[in-house]
Amino acid sequence: MLRILYFAGLREQLATSQEELPLPAGVGDVAGLLDFLAARGGKWQQLRRARNLRCAVNQEMARFDCPLRGDEELAFFPPVTGG
Amino acid sequence: MQVRVQENDFEVATELAAIRRNRPQIGAIACFVGLVRDISEHSEVSELTLEHYPGMTEKALQVIVDQAAQRWQIIDARVVHRVGRLRPSDQIVLVAVATEHRGDAFAACEFIIDDLKTRAPFWKREVTPSGARWVEARQADEQASERWRP
Repeated sequence: MLRILYFAGLREQLATSQEELPLPAGVGDVAGLLDFLAARGGKWQQLRRARNLRCAVNQEMARFDCPLRGDEELAFFPPVTGG
Repeated sequence: MQVRVQENDFEVATELAAIRRNRPQIGAIACFVGLVRDISEHSEVSELTLEHYPGMTEKALQVIVDQAAQRWQIIDARVVHRVGRLRPSDQIVLVAVATEHRGDAFAACEFIIDDLKTRAPFWKREVTPSGARWVEARQADEQASERWRP
């Protein structure tokens, strides 16, 4: 199963902090997963358009071409603003 | 080397004393303390809430400190970052770096806070007279972090 976490403004906009789902058929990387999630429509479409979206795979910053096996912890969030 | 994420405030003197203890080889400690300001993007801020990604945050901070230790001669380093509700003038973050000589201490301390601002998963939400809003990342922070990259 994929575990997907959402943080900060994105968590609020999606009204979702986390979910679990099996790797969808035909999805091989983060970009593919974003397309799958955006296809839910409505508020989820922003995942495809978001220019300021950041991603972590297994708690490390990752690029959208990062491959997925189906057992990862993913996180999507806006650019960080700590410090 | 120690990184901590906590809701409680920290005491700078206590943290520095812990670094110095039993380490007579330390000749310098550079220390940065970040505070909550009462103004942001031209509006008053009455309260700040810091969200983070438990698990990843600690790892990311450790990676940043380890990178600093590879680049400079560091005897000890400590990062303490607060989360939860904060108010203007509250302390947000402490970066302290102990070295033999001041040059390494200043450089490593600045590198750690610059890198933290663009790589550690924290998000600030501020309360202003016109409502609450998520703070947007600043281009200047990205540039400050970029200049350390080879």
